[in-house]
Amino acid sequence: MTNKILALVDGSAYSHSVCHYTAWIAGRLSASVDLLHVLGRREGSAGGDLSGALKLGARSALLAELAAQDAQNARLAQAKGRAILEDAAAIIEADGAGPVTHRLRQGDLLQTVSELEPEIRAIVIGKRGEASGFASDHLGSNLERIVRSSKVPVFVASRLFKPVTKVLVAFDASASTGKAIARMVDSAVFRNMAVTLMHAGEETAAMRTRMEEAELALRAVGLKTSAEFAPGEPEAALNARIAEEGFDLLVMGAYGHSRIRSLIIGSTTTAMIRAVKIPMVLYR
Amino acid sequence: MFSLSSYRQDWLGNIKGDLLAGLVVALALIPEAIAFSLIAGVDPKVGLYASFSIAVITAIAGGRPGMISAATAATAVLMVTLVKDHGLQYLLAATVLAGLLQIGMGLLKLGFVMRYVSKSVMTGFVNALAILIFMAQLPELDPARVTMLTYVLVAAGLAIIYLFPRLTTTVPSPLVTIIVLTALTLFFGWDVRTVGDLGALPDSLPVFLIPQIPLNLETLTIILPYAIAVAIVGLLESLMTQTIVDDLTDTKSDRNQECIGQGLANTATGFIGGMAGCAMIGQSIINVKSGGRGRLSCFTAGVVLLFMVVVLGDLVGRIPMPALVAIMIMVSIGTFSWSSIKALKTHPRSSSIVMLATVATVVYTHNLAIGVLVGVLLSGIFFAGKIAQLFRVTSTLSADGRERVYTVEGQMFYGSVEDFMAAFDFRESLERVTIDVSGAHIWDISSVQALDMAVLKFRREGAEVSITGMNAASETIVDKLALHDKPGAMDKLMAH
Repeated sequence: MTNKILALVDGSAYSHSVCHYTAWIAGRLSASVDLLHVLGRREGSAGGDLSGALKLGARSALLAELAAQDAQNARLAQAKGRAILEDAAAIIEADGAGPVTHRLRQGDLLQTVSELEPEIRAIVIGKRGEASGFASDHLGSNLERIVRSSKVPVFVASRLFKPVTKVLVAFDASASTGKAIARMVDSAVFRNMAVTLMHAGEETAAMRTRMEEAELALRAVGLKTSAEFAPGEPEAALNARIAEEGFDLLVMGAYGHSRIRSLIIGSTTTAMIRAVKIPMVLYR
Repeated sequence: MFSLSSYRQDWLGNIKGDLLAGLVVALALIPEAIAFSLIAGVDPKVGLYASFSIAVITAIAGGRPGMISAATAATAVLMVTLVKDHGLQYLLAATVLAGLLQIGMGLLKLGFVMRYVSKSVMTGFVNALAILIFMAQLPELDPARVTMLTYVLVAAGLAIIYLFPRLTTTVPSPLVTIIVLTALTLFFGWDVRTVGDLGALPDSLPVFLIPQIPLNLETLTIILPYAIAVAIVGLLESLMTQTIVDDLTDTKSDRNQECIGQGLANTATGFIGGMAGCAMIGQSIINVKSGGRGRLSCFTAGVVLLFMVVVLGDLVGRIPMPALVAIMIMVSIGTFSWSSIKALKTHPRSSSIVMLATVATVVYTHNLAIGVLVGVLLSGIFFAGKIAQLFRVTSTLSADGRERVYTVEGQMFYGSVEDFMAAFDFRESLERVTIDVSGAHIWDISSVQALDMAVLKFRREGAEVSITGMNAASETIVDKLALHDKPGAMDKLMAH
C-alpha cells in the first residue's frame, strides 16, 4: 500500500486548514502528500445568440467560437490553479511535512479522485467549497460525492486548524463504525490520544458490550479510552458534548443508508457534517 | 457511473441558459415536427405529440444533457411505406417496438459499435439526411401544384431567416419568418396552402392509447423490419449528435445510457400516438449556440412546444406552407456538411468514395440504415486493402543455387493471401526451401491455409521445406489479444 495523503484544495477559506491538517496527518504517518486542484466543468460559456438560424458551416463555426472562449477561460483558471497549488505546497512544507507533489487537472473532481484512489490512504477535503459563500448550512457540493464514493477515510477539515489530542467517536451498531474502530487501532494517526466513544441513544446491554469490545481493542494499542451514552437527537447530543469537553476531532462511519433513503428523509451523516464545528474523519 | 448530485447538476446547473435555449428550440421544433409528420404521411399532431414526449423523456432518461431529441426526418423517411400500406396504427406499433429494441441495444451496451462507423460514413449520413430533408420539400415547390406566389414567399422567408440575425440575435429568426408570412397571408388573403390543409393539429393534451393492431405473427413480420431500421437509424443519429455535442461542450457522456433513453422515449411515444424520433443534429446545435447545456433545455423545449401548440392550435393551422418550406430549407442547409465538399479534393480517395457511396445509397433507397451499412462495409474493405499493402516477401538464393530462403514480413490475412502466394516461384528447382515468417503476423485461418498450400506446392516440386519463426508469427491468431495471458504480446505485435 502506498503511503500518500491526497489533499484537495480549491482556494476557499478552508484550504489553509486543509493544508495544515494534511501536514499534521502526513507528519504522524510519515506519509507523502499529493495536492490536487481540479478545474471544474465549464458551464454555459456560449449564449446570447438566440437567432436559431443555421448557416452554412454552423457546427464548425460554433465549435471554433466555443473553443476560443474556453481556451481563454482555461488559461486564467490554470494560472489561478497553479498559484493555489504552490501556496498550498508552501504551507505544507513550512509545517515540516512532505515530500509534496501537486497536480492540476481538468474535469470532474470525483472522477479524478477515483482514478488516484489506488495510490492513496486518506483524503483531506475542506468542509465547504469555494463557491459556497458563507451560508453555514450549505456544504461543499463535492463533499458528499467524495465521501460516498471514497474507499479510503475522508478527513473533513474545519475552518481553523487546531492540533488534535481529544477524539470523539460517534458510536453506533453499523458496519462502518466497526471499520472505523479497526482503522483507528491500526493507524498511527491516533497514537497517544484520548478517545471517547459516544453512543447517541439509550443505553442497552448489547451496545454496552460492543463499546467495551471497541474500548478493549483501542486500549491494547495504548490509547486512553472512555465510553458514554447520550440520549436524544444525535446532532444536538454530540454537539453539546463537543462544546463541553472541547474535543478536537469527530470520527464516524458515513452514509450507512442508501441514496434513496437519504433523498427522502435526509442523511444523518450530512446533517452531522453540517452541524459539527470540529474536523471529522469519515469511514465508509 | 450514475451520481445523484451530478444528475441534479445536469438539471439545475445552468437554469437561465437552459430555459432561454429551450424556448428557442421549441419555436424551431414546431415547424420541423409538422414538416416531418408530412414526410411520414401522417397528421401534424402525430409529429407534435412525438416531439413533446421524446424531448421530455430523453431529457429525463437520456445520456447527453444539452442534446435535443424529437420527431426527426431520419426516422420519418423510413416509415413512409408503412403508413401508406398499413396506416397510422402500425406506425405506432412499430414505434413502440423500435423503442424496445433500442432499450435492448442499450442494455447490451452496443453503443461501442459506433466506433466502427467512420468519420466518412458519418459525413455521408448527415449529407444524405440534408438531401432527404430538402427533397421532402420539393412537392411543396412543384410548379403543377403551387402558384408563383409560393416561390416569392419561400424566398422572402429565407431572406428573413438569414438576414434578420444581422439586426438582432435576441429573437429567433425562424419565428419572425412564421409570424411575418402568416400575418401577410392573412392580411392580403393570399391563396396558399397552409398547415391546416394537411391534417389534424393537436386540440388537447395527448392521452394514453394502445395501438389498434391485431397482435399476431403477421403484424410482427410487417412492423419488425421497419422497427429495426428505425431503431438503428435513430441510435446512429443520436450517437452521432451525442459526439457532436460532446465536442462542442468539451464534455463526455454515456452512450449506452443514451440508447436506453432513446428507447424509453420511443416506447412511450408510441403509446400516446406519436411517431418515432431520435436526436436532432441541427436543433442540438441551435440549443448549444443559444446557451443550452443541461437537461432542462430539452425538457423546456418539449413542454413549451406542447403548450404552444395546444393553446395556439388555430393559429398554427394558418401558418402558410411556404414559411415551413423556408425553415426546412434552412435546416437542410445547416445539416449539410459543406466542408466535406471542399475536402473531396484533399481527402484520400477511399474516404471520399465511402462518403459518396453512403449518400448515393441513402438518396436511392430513402433508408439511412442501408446507406450506413454500405458505408461501413466499404470502409472495412478499404481498410483491409490498405493493411494488405503492409506485406512483403523477399528471398535469397544460397551460393550453390540449391537452397532459397523466403522472408515473409507484415500482415498476413485474407486480404494479403494472394500476394503471398504470388511471391513464391514454385517452378524453381530447389533442394531446400526455408520460409521465415518470424517477421509476419498471421491474423486468420486464410493465411494459415495459404502457408500450408505453399509448403505443399514446394514439396510437390521435390523440395524439402521448413518454416521458421512460426511461433512468433502465430501468436497473433487470436480473436482478442489476451494480454494478461501472454505478457509482452502487445510489444511483439508493435515490434515488427
